[in-house]
Amino acid sequence: MPNSLREERFSIETTIVNILIILLMSTGVIFSLVTALGLIRLPDVYTRTHAASKSSTLGVLCVLTATFIHFWLIEGIFNTQMIVAIAFLFITAPVGGHMIGRAAYMSGIKVAEETVRDDMEGALKERKKRLMDNKTTEQ
Amino acid sequence: MMMFYWISLIIVSIGFTGLLFRLVKGPTIADRVVALDAIGISLVSIVALLSLITETEYFLEIILLLSILSFIGTIAFAKFLERGEIFDRNDNR
Repeated sequence: MPNSLREERFSIETTIVNILIILLMSTGVIFSLVTALGLIRLPDVYTRTHAASKSSTLGVLCVLTATFIHFWLIEGIFNTQMIVAIAFLFITAPVGGHMIGRAAYMSGIKVAEETVRDDMEGALKERKKRLMDNKTTEQ
Repeated sequence: MMMFYWISLIIVSIGFTGLLFRLVKGPTIADRVVALDAIGISLVSIVALLSLITETEYFLEIILLLSILSFIGTIAFAKFLERGEIFDRNDNR
């Protein structure tokens, strides 16, 4: 149905639901913008991973929840795929960020100069040594 | 309400452009993978906003698909960066 033909429903419930949607959607959009800002401004891979995993997860979660509430309470469509998508994103986005950070450290990307402390310092040498041992035992 | 959705879509698209900048510029491969992950997640919210604007619920099926594909791509890239291959047999790191 085109927008012009759709009759606008003004009732107190619709207004309350719209206020809820606006609050959730603004939070999500602001966090999406913060993600882009963090990815542009932060100095190295590890801090960028931090920005990309946490704030983007929260942002997309708020946007999806607002969409779900709009379709449920205004259009009357209860979409269960949205719930599955929200739960899936909430679990997997931080896991992906963690995996990339670990892979970046293991492939030897340097940390930024401002870094105060590096707890994984010994892990890289140990892994290289173990790889060499594996190669010698295989031969 | 429709105006609010349009403004949200425009702001999310501005963020998307920033992520594309990091994808093109990024000094290392890991930077680009992080940017790709964030682009996948940002695309999900763009699809949600588009389905709100066009008032159809048929776009909502794309959301789950996109999130799963983005996660699998990220994991594959991470394994490739760490070991140089995606499928391997010996599991001792």
